[in-house]
Amino acid sequence: MSRARVLIAFALTGLALAAIAHAELPSGISRPSDERGLSQQQLGAQLYAGNCATCHGIAGRGMLEPGGTRGAGDIKGQGPPLVGVGAQAADLYLSTGFMPLSNPHVQPWRRRVEFTRKELAALTSYVASLGPGPPIPHPNPSAGNVSEGLHLFTDHCAGCHQVVAEGGYVTNARVPVIKSDTPTQIAEAVRVGPYLMPKFSRKHISDRQLNSIIAYLQASKQPNDRGGWGIGHIGPVPEGMVTWLIAAVALVGLCVLIGERLRA
Amino acid sequence: MSRLRRFAFLFGTVIGAARGKGKRERIVAEGSPSASSELVVVALLLLSAVFAVGFIVVLATGRWPNRTQYEGIALGGALGFMAIALILVGKQLVVSEQLSEDYPQAEHPQEQAEVSQIVRESGSRFTRKRLLRAAAGTAVGALGLAAIAPAIGLGPALDPYELNWSPWKRGKRLVSEDGTPLKAADIEQDTFYTAYPEHSSRNDIAAPLVLVRLPPSSLKLPRSRRRWAPLGIVAYSKICTHAGCAIGLYRKPTFPPVEPRPALVCPCHYSTFDPADGGKVLFGPAGRDLPQLPLAIDRAGNLRAAGNFSGPVGPSWWGVRIKGAITRER
Repeated sequence: MSRARVLIAFALTGLALAAIAHAELPSGISRPSDERGLSQQQLGAQLYAGNCATCHGIAGRGMLEPGGTRGAGDIKGQGPPLVGVGAQAADLYLSTGFMPLSNPHVQPWRRRVEFTRKELAALTSYVASLGPGPPIPHPNPSAGNVSEGLHLFTDHCAGCHQVVAEGGYVTNARVPVIKSDTPTQIAEAVRVGPYLMPKFSRKHISDRQLNSIIAYLQASKQPNDRGGWGIGHIGPVPEGMVTWLIAAVALVGLCVLIGERLRA
Repeated sequence: MSRLRRFAFLFGTVIGAARGKGKRERIVAEGSPSASSELVVVALLLLSAVFAVGFIVVLATGRWPNRTQYEGIALGGALGFMAIALILVGKQLVVSEQLSEDYPQAEHPQEQAEVSQIVRESGSRFTRKRLLRAAAGTAVGALGLAAIAPAIGLGPALDPYELNWSPWKRGKRLVSEDGTPLKAADIEQDTFYTAYPEHSSRNDIAAPLVLVRLPPSSLKLPRSRRRWAPLGIVAYSKICTHAGCAIGLYRKPTFPPVEPRPALVCPCHYSTFDPADGGKVLFGPAGRDLPQLPLAIDRAGNLRAAGNFSGPVGPSWWGVRIKGAITRER
């Protein structure tokens, strides 16, 4: 191997390593060095300044244009105002790991939550203090009706989320599976409408109806797979593929095995 | 006791008579026995029986999890082993032989030729063959045209306008799924609604609507539809123009500067329509825009139709998209 080739190989390896290193953004969030001495309000404000203000602006005023300064992860901040979103939206986005986002141009997606419980509570109450907004909802799925829930879910949600909430796609975005969300998070998402999801007010879906939807979602976590293999619970397409690609091939193979060609 | 003995005696005589009767001299020598194959077949059949009994046991006692699967395994095993046993019988125990025999020569060729001549010559009463042929041709041709007519009816030459029919007429109120009239004030932004015509069948393909409210400044409707969206509320047919699925997806950005614009999406093949731009196709296999319904708000604040759809509702066919005859504005 010539010297030049060795050099090129080295350079490529270095680039690849750099790419991997870059992709692994510091998972960390920035937090005050000592949280014990701070009041909840102070802790919330400091966490907001360290993790949210790059995109959501000072005091939640938002940044409609890309910001001039580069924040954590070397991104140009840009984000909606948070004044008036209330504890409801803050709790949804923070408790699911949707926020903080590594880049304002990517879709928020469920991730491991880096904040501690205490930090979550502080940050949520800080965002709620930015302006009057809806509080964290308290759904009661045990008061709901699973059958009505299925009906409502089919009408309003299943188009994107699929009938047993297996998720899917909408053009330009992924649609999340709803299996791991708590009743509170589901209720928040329905009212807030995160990312591309429509939002549904009380006039549109009442709290009682919402209880039924959540009751249905809890029931659908354990679908009764009579056939044994759910094949992803996404309906006739995978079922047809199993029929045609596995069962039909096996049958043809069997015919070849036991059949006999007629001698002319 | 004596009755039982009498029955046993009778049974024994019948069996003995039946066995003694068939004693005739063999024509073909006995086939070479294959004791091992027979044994395998017997074993397989017994195994099949065991599985069949297993099915009954599972069915009778099963309250355990995955009962369906055990039943399937038992029944599948019973049928499968029986099938293998039958295959073995067919391949190894049944004697098979292929023989072919030529057709015999015709015995009376002269008479056969005569019969076919008689058949050919009898029964001809046609005197004006050409005229009859022409009449038959006319009848068949007309029937052929009649068969093609429905296809021509799609295009501009013969347009029965049935495709444009819908239950929506000027003044028809929009009602929600539970039948209550929809008020303009109840329609909020960032969400979507389904609406139906009041006092009309909901089973008609042109009945269901999808309703969204957009900021009036974001609308880009054609000039002729300027008044179709009071307060920014737009109504479209809920039936996708591609394959006729219900458009159940509405994507709305939370933060428009960095997110995709609002769109109605069909869940079947992801045809994506722009509600701000008269239902224009943004993406996907749909060949024509989503038909829009003009809206109006009456004095009581209820939403009403202000006319019929901008085009025919429902899935498209080849040619319809190209000619544009069906999608013309009326």
